[in-house]
Amino acid sequence: MSGSEFGLALSVFLACMVEAVEALTIVLAVGSTRSWRSALTGVGVAVLVLGAVTAALGPALTALPIGVLRVVVGGLLLIFGLQWLRKAILRASGYKALHDEEAAFLEESAAARAAGQAGAGLDGYSFTISFKGVLLEGLEVVFIVLTFGANQHRVGLAAIAAAVAVILVVAAGLAVHAPLARVPENAMKFGVGVMLTSFGMFWGAEGAGAHWPGSDAALLVLVPVTLLSGLSMVGVLRRAASATEPQPGEEPMVAA
Amino acid sequence: MKRLESAGRAVWDFVVGDDWQVAAGVILALGITALVAGAAVAAWWILPLGALLMLGLSVWRAARTRR
Repeated sequence: MSGSEFGLALSVFLACMVEAVEALTIVLAVGSTRSWRSALTGVGVAVLVLGAVTAALGPALTALPIGVLRVVVGGLLLIFGLQWLRKAILRASGYKALHDEEAAFLEESAAARAAGQAGAGLDGYSFTISFKGVLLEGLEVVFIVLTFGANQHRVGLAAIAAAVAVILVVAAGLAVHAPLARVPENAMKFGVGVMLTSFGMFWGAEGAGAHWPGSDAALLVLVPVTLLSGLSMVGVLRRAASATEPQPGEEPMVAA
Repeated sequence: MKRLESAGRAVWDFVVGDDWQVAAGVILALGITALVAGAAVAAWWILPLGALLMLGLSVWRAARTRR
């Protein structure tokens, strides 16, 4: 496995694990509160839809000329990666609330109870919430699998990395029967943001006609530079936050 | 029509996210890279520099509004 293939597998694995943890929380909340059968049916249908999207778009993307593919996919990956990194930086520096799986579980469970009694047959609420949760979280993974995989013509490897992550999360969920609150979600999102941004820069610039010094080895510089830049931003924002910490009687900083 | 509009908004949110200026900046940086590379001048540095600058500006703007 080459370095860039390892980067592909690691990015997809981490992204998929984070999204699977969030989806698991939703399914657990709806299933344990209302109807396991309906919730799991929603999961199954969403997985089928995600598989169909991957099967339909994968070959179409890999059929594009490599130059066009790299500039389009590189640009999209870079935009997507900067979004992940931006949110992770804001969360790590305290400007945005961290994602709390236990709180999300309690909120989803309360909403499920408030929706009334589950019917005898397929419970529409459980089905819809599970379906939407898995589909929306899964679409981000499909996007990463397709863009990363198509660019290196390794959609299969990306799909395997995603499947391994899902299996691990589901196994852990079955073992603990609770939301996976201990998974360091923000650190993983930070890592995915760094990888997507670095690969996005690399492929985007190549697709636009630039030549990297050292060819693929440039990634060995791009990844740490992006990581250190992100960590520096966290440091600067933390210092700025502590410098403007509210004095007694002042309004506190809002972390939404 | 409303469904089309909400689908369009969902795609926009999915791809572009919270800060459209980052997406616009990436497209601009890609265009500049293509122009400079087309003139046979080293252009590899433009996209990383542009992307990291945009990221810094974007988090700084977000932090200022959340304070």
